[in-house]
Amino acid sequence: MMRFLPRDRMLWLAAPALLYLAFFYALPLIYLLGRSVIGPNGPTLSLFAGFFADEYNWRVIGNTLRIALLVTLVSLVIGYPVALALARARGLAQVMLLTAIILPLSVGVVVKAFAWQIVLRRDGAIAKLLVATGIWDEPQRLLFTEPGLVIGAANVFLPFMILPIYSVVKLIDPRLSEAGATLGASPFYRFRKIILPLTMPGLISGMAFVFSLSVSMFVIPSLLMGDRFQTLATLTGRSFLLMRNEALGSATAVVLLVLAVSIVVGSTILSRRIGRMA
Amino acid sequence: MTAIEKATTALIWTIASLAVIFLMAPLVITVAVSFGDSTVFSLPPPGWSFRWYERLPATRGLAASLWTSVQIAGLSTLLALILVTLCAIALVRGTFPGREAITTFLISPLMLPGLVVGIAMLQGFRAFGLRDTWTSLLVAHVVITMPYVVRTVLAALSLFDFTLIEAARTLGCSYLQAIRKVLVPALAPAFLTSGMFAFLASMDNYPISIFFTDAWTKTLPIQMLQLVEERPDPMIAAVSTLLILLAVLAMIIGDRLVGLKRLADF
Repeated sequence: MMRFLPRDRMLWLAAPALLYLAFFYALPLIYLLGRSVIGPNGPTLSLFAGFFADEYNWRVIGNTLRIALLVTLVSLVIGYPVALALARARGLAQVMLLTAIILPLSVGVVVKAFAWQIVLRRDGAIAKLLVATGIWDEPQRLLFTEPGLVIGAANVFLPFMILPIYSVVKLIDPRLSEAGATLGASPFYRFRKIILPLTMPGLISGMAFVFSLSVSMFVIPSLLMGDRFQTLATLTGRSFLLMRNEALGSATAVVLLVLAVSIVVGSTILSRRIGRMA
Repeated sequence: MTAIEKATTALIWTIASLAVIFLMAPLVITVAVSFGDSTVFSLPPPGWSFRWYERLPATRGLAASLWTSVQIAGLSTLLALILVTLCAIALVRGTFPGREAITTFLISPLMLPGLVVGIAMLQGFRAFGLRDTWTSLLVAHVVITMPYVVRTVLAALSLFDFTLIEAARTLGCSYLQAIRKVLVPALAPAFLTSGMFAFLASMDNYPISIFFTDAWTKTLPIQMLQLVEERPDPMIAAVSTLLILLAVLAMIIGDRLVGLKRLADF
């Protein structure tokens, strides 16, 4: 087969996959974008003008960004030390850490969101724990509250923070930090001048992953927040599945798409630029 | 080590240990609840039983949705593996420009909001005249599963020595025999590992499947969420436990084939 296909004609082998994706994935996305800016009388932005004129929709955008930011921060605070630990871990500790990171990744989000519904109830594990440790005087409900949503989402997305950071931490030569120590640099100075800059590309891509996953999450807020709290994704889902309001749904879908794409593209450019500087 | 370094190390390990508990908590709690004998989710349960598992076969729609999910996941993984492998050979062996852009394009369905991709497909397929729910599900799930196999198959192919195929030819194999006897066995671990995780991704997908569902064709996560909303009881935990078991199996096999550390490559 190789002989019939000289190297420069290899593109033919790529054709089936590329045509498949172009037809069933790229074309529908372009169609969605196109329909959102073309009205019966030619190009128009009236769909978005209407969407952004509604004060309620700004609250939805605010909800979306606030929750995504909080989830990203929580994941970062937990994920960064875990990535450092994973890079140092050997033997059983390494197996346990890797298992705890990889196994939840292959369990569906419906399963995990359902589990958090149980944990966050008034008689759930977290309420019991907080009462037992004396932080709370009496059990409270975390389900259907923003802190509950942030905890659940951070749990589901944490591996996407840890793994990109780990992928750069494991490449750092430990002798760099030792050399810094020999030259008299304090631990804090070494972290700021050696470890932090070298892990920055992983940090940025981890944050971008978690932020964009949090912006787009649908099942988690549906189960942990209910109908009264809407994000761009839940509003998109509702307007198609329940309200049959395709105009609103298309507008939110396009806003969500633009947001997600700009996060991915922006973070890629940023981490490349920083990677080149380091 | 100075005192500050010791304190930092202790802090890092404390956070890491708590993170392991945090990450595993939903899975452990699901399994514990599924074996409880109480109708509410008290933890630990007052007693243990298999009653929720015994109720699974009789639950309306569950078996059918499981069968739909397995069919869709199996077929879409197989199609994705074929499409991606052909494309990966071109990417590894070819010299045409834009190979990196093609790789990004193959992985991109994973980076965009699933719900938006689902809506776009719903409207797009309708415009193409594709109306059959089952076929739409399959077509959509091939797009979902492709990104999961791209990296692993690409990595395995770039390590493959293509002169081995020439060698097999010299020894009297036909081209197809050479592919079957040399290339496929060499790629088998990559196919199996990435195939398993693609299969699981398809089995667990919610945001795209939800748009290709009707009264007769439902995938397992759609049916599960419907049950959660209708009557949340520990039976959902029993279904979830079976799915967790599947993920554990996939991880053990993946560990044997390529090792845990390679599974964590990002």
